[in-house]
Amino acid sequence: MQRLIKSALVALWFVVLTFPIMGIKINTVTHSVDLRSDRMLMLALGIFILAAVWDWAFSRKSRGLPVISLPQGLGSSLARFCGSASVRRGSACAVLAGLIVMPWVSSLYQTNIMTSALLYIMLALGLNIVVGLAGQLVLGYAAFYAVGAYTYGLLYQYFGLGFWACLPLGGAMAVFFGLVLGFPVLRLRGDYLAIVTLGFGEIVRLTLQNWSTVTGGPRGVSNIPRPGLFGMDLTLEMSSTYLYYLVVAAVIITIIVISRLKNSRVGLALQALREDEIACEAMGINLTRVKLSAFALGSCWAGFAGVIFAAKTTFINPASFTFMDSAMILSMVVLGGMGSITGVVIAAVILILAPEYLRAFSEYRMLIFGMIMVLMMIFRPQGLVSGERATYRISALEGRAGKGEGA
Amino acid sequence: MDFQYFLELFFGGLTRGSIYALIALGYTLVYGIIQLINFAHGEVYMLGAFTALIVAGILGFTGFPAVGILLVAALVAVVWCAAYGYTLEKVAYKPLRGAPRLSPLISAIGMSIFLQNYVILAQTSDFVPFPRLIPEFDFLEYIDYIMGPSDLVILVTSTCTMIALTLFIHYTRMGKAMRATAQNRKMAMLLGIDADRIISLTFIIGSALAAVGGVLIASHMGQVNFNIGFLAGMKAFTAAVLGGIGSIPGAMVGGLVLGLCESFTTGYLSGNYEDVLAFGILILILIFRPDGILGKATVQKV
Repeated sequence: MQRLIKSALVALWFVVLTFPIMGIKINTVTHSVDLRSDRMLMLALGIFILAAVWDWAFSRKSRGLPVISLPQGLGSSLARFCGSASVRRGSACAVLAGLIVMPWVSSLYQTNIMTSALLYIMLALGLNIVVGLAGQLVLGYAAFYAVGAYTYGLLYQYFGLGFWACLPLGGAMAVFFGLVLGFPVLRLRGDYLAIVTLGFGEIVRLTLQNWSTVTGGPRGVSNIPRPGLFGMDLTLEMSSTYLYYLVVAAVIITIIVISRLKNSRVGLALQALREDEIACEAMGINLTRVKLSAFALGSCWAGFAGVIFAAKTTFINPASFTFMDSAMILSMVVLGGMGSITGVVIAAVILILAPEYLRAFSEYRMLIFGMIMVLMMIFRPQGLVSGERATYRISALEGRAGKGEGA
Repeated sequence: MDFQYFLELFFGGLTRGSIYALIALGYTLVYGIIQLINFAHGEVYMLGAFTALIVAGILGFTGFPAVGILLVAALVAVVWCAAYGYTLEKVAYKPLRGAPRLSPLISAIGMSIFLQNYVILAQTSDFVPFPRLIPEFDFLEYIDYIMGPSDLVILVTSTCTMIALTLFIHYTRMGKAMRATAQNRKMAMLLGIDADRIISLTFIIGSALAAVGGVLIASHMGQVNFNIGFLAGMKAFTAAVLGGIGSIPGAMVGGLVLGLCESFTTGYLSGNYEDVLAFGILILILIFRPDGILGKATVQKV
């Protein structure tokens, strides 16, 4: 009962708060004021329910209970089921088979949507190296994406270089920019780093927009060719399908590389950096090298994705690389769980495909992205799938610990 | 003539700079107390401009005098923005107190995106004209090439606001409590200061200042858009860092310096890279002198 009264008060507060912007619309054509009371009613109802849920979730959280939990037996058996190697291999094969068949059973439009979803997976996985593994919050990731795309666009325009020549060059350019950004910001921690990378991203975008003699300014670069296949003449549909397979391959390579990276020496060093910089340095890890390699590895994937993006759309302009794009990629990492490959892939698929297929949802897309970022931080900071950490069990020690507890 | 041009740029820079300073104060106040970059602060400023626009629109039909409309609109905007700031803190930051440092920052970015899209969905994504409400002053006739009426109003209002803030921080009990909390939150709590209330108060004051800035800039520029908060917020943050984040006089100085820099580079060099300049300054400052102009020794945290 108390909770209901509280929720009603909260709803009232929000109605008053949002009244000028939600409830009133000035009609400049007829010079009249439109009162939108139906909206306010909906809002009040929505906030009332939300506030009750919010309050309930907090009371659970403060008692140390998980906000969302599966029934006891189901949870553990589900974990065992998902954890077993054969199930994982099986589901991976099923997903792969689905991806391969996809262009033959669905329309060109669907294939194109899937291509862009896969590109975003690639971007999110790349950002996941920097943010998820190394714990360096980068807010200007779209800049590296732009560097890759413009590398291809401009090299084609001025020197006539093709896709396959530009793919490694785009990656290399992005790495170069990553290092250019990485060197000066080595000393900055957390929030300052975030702001500097945001500034860097904006500088790159504004430069592309204003340096019209070289980059074409806001008009961008157009008529970028799609990748060729041994000099064959491809129809639009064929080249889209080809590009789709290319992206599938690229994503698979990305996943393999990153999962190998995670438990490698560099990957472990990155995770140590995320957990504690000082302790990490005390363990003899060279901070400069680790941070720079995080930036280089992260930006490299953005560069590749950028080149493929330029080839896919055949037209690029600075408007595709705004802060909102960086934020969108970041929210995929946040939603998926920092450091978890599976989680990030699932999150990227949800966040890209949901607005495409649920038209009603697409209008509210960015609104929901923002909300997700806030709610995830509050209720589930580890993300949908919390990053699996390598744990080493030493059976002798474990046995002793178990006995100790029993005594 | 050259000197006239210089004066024109100088006053243009001061006008801009004082708006930056007003917003920068919000960043600095919040950072001083909870060490959080309130990413959504620029959005509060934008909400202020929009609220004022709507109130002015309604009053415009009643045939109120322009000055009266401006005052009422500004007042409503200030009150509502203060409420937005308060709610923002309660919803997005308070649950994250004690969480790792990056969590509230990501939450703040989320809130910023949320508020921008809230305005797009509830109102519009286009530029909306803001009515001319600032009256003409006769005595400015002789110097109208260097200073228009809106420049004068902006300069006077922001100076008064900043003086009032300084007095509040220095001479009231609340201000004293704010300074104490900024210096050492735990110690302040031990001395019986309700830290939660002080944090709320900080958000309320910061948001109210941003609303003043929003109303002023909207009537100066003559148009409003959901996106104005992002750039203005970033520039104001630059100003806050430039002056030394956490320092109140620093935010004011930083704002003015940034405004003058921008005005002179656009006037003498080229206007194309105006925004690049602000971000460039931000990066250079953070790398070479993260403590800002009024360095740590003189930093007065609030």
